[in-house]
Amino acid sequence: MNFWNFIAQNKLEIADLTLEHLWMVSISTLLAVAVGIPLGILITRRPSLRKPVIATANIIQTIPSLALFGFLLPAPWIGDRAGRLAILALTLYALLPLIRNTYAGINGVEHAVVEAARGMGLTDWQLLFKVELPLAASVILAGIRVAIVISIGLATIAAAIGAGGLGELIFRGLAMVNNAVILAGAIPAALMALLADTLLGWLEKKLAPQRAA
Amino acid sequence: MDSPQAVIEFRDVSYHLPNGREILRHLILQVQRGEILVLLGRSGSGKTTALKLVNRLLELSEGELRVEGRPARKWDVIKLRRHIGYAIQDVGLFPHFTIERNIGLVPAIENWPKEKVAKRVEELIHLVGLNGDVALRYPHQLSGGQRQRVGVARALAADPPILLMDEPFGALDPLTRSDLQREFLSLQQKLCKTVLFVTHDLREAMLLGSRIALLEEGRLVSISTQEEFLTSSNPLVKKYVEVFGTTLESSGKRDNA
Repeated sequence: MNFWNFIAQNKLEIADLTLEHLWMVSISTLLAVAVGIPLGILITRRPSLRKPVIATANIIQTIPSLALFGFLLPAPWIGDRAGRLAILALTLYALLPLIRNTYAGINGVEHAVVEAARGMGLTDWQLLFKVELPLAASVILAGIRVAIVISIGLATIAAAIGAGGLGELIFRGLAMVNNAVILAGAIPAALMALLADTLLGWLEKKLAPQRAA
Repeated sequence: MDSPQAVIEFRDVSYHLPNGREILRHLILQVQRGEILVLLGRSGSGKTTALKLVNRLLELSEGELRVEGRPARKWDVIKLRRHIGYAIQDVGLFPHFTIERNIGLVPAIENWPKEKVAKRVEELIHLVGLNGDVALRYPHQLSGGQRQRVGVARALAADPPILLMDEPFGALDPLTRSDLQREFLSLQQKLCKTVLFVTHDLREAMLLGSRIALLEEGRLVSISTQEEFLTSSNPLVKKYVEVFGTTLESSGKRDNA
């Protein structure tokens, strides 16, 4: 069976799996943003927390993905459904780039700008929302971009625990020793990653702060 | 002891770092209403620290600092800072805001009506000698001198009675610096703010200061008017006058010619 024939015959299933893949990646990225950005902000305010938070995120990052999926299986509620489990694992992996980039983005705001803002009487919240976050936006977005690209690749492994997504085709193809089936999973995943990368890269440029001439 | 005219009053103020290093020692100083008091000193003399204690960007370790007769620590810190304009050498304009928004930020967060903010911004742009067309530009599109003018305009935005200025003209070329110093002086004559001005440049101190306070290693060495400063017998003051003497004289000659 060649690649194009397989695609043509299974286009509905491939579309289904692509959507499932996209769903896992989107939800886990949203969760990681909701947790990672506040954590990144927190460690700019409480420097003593910086090391433990970054170290924890670092350690999670080093756990092999297949093992992490396995570790989470016995967890209550989460372990009941493979989809939940996959989303949790992907969220954990996406945390590090988000925390690190939020921290770096805020810390990278020019010292004089922050000092002037404080000196003129901005409250902590005003400083954060009017000055620091807007100026850190492009760096934070770069973190989201990395997180998404990593997630799209990692989510293929989620099929190993039955969470679906494009990994399903890859594992099936491996079992059947059929390259066409593997490619039918791998190519849409790769395209998805490229597309997300380009789109967010463009957005990142738009948000980059104006530099001194 | 209580002088009703003292707007800023350092009462035996010391500041040390968490590691115990002393930056300011037992500073006693009063800034009178409407004067420009210049804090003169070399790098590391504690002059910037003294300035930041006033708007509580740093918290003093010992002693008491009064602003408008009230201990600074009893002020609500946000209210205190909005009562005091602050201009620094690196300006610190918000790169993502237009000049208009940069200048109008404090009035805007103080909930002034929009038209009043716009009017105030326009007024300030002209007051600091800028062209109205800079309003919609971004900081990176301006020259260093223009940015510094915007910095001064921003410090004046909500019309605070006190100004803290930390070498605001330090990073400019000599000609622009001299322009801005003169303009600032005439501006001050109009506005009558109480100004605490930090510099390491004796020429600037002589030009702007009502009085000059010389700091060295966190201690106040002398405080005097300009004339007294030039004729002082204090060895450190003498050294300053000597180092700057040639330029002071030559500028004097130029003025006479």
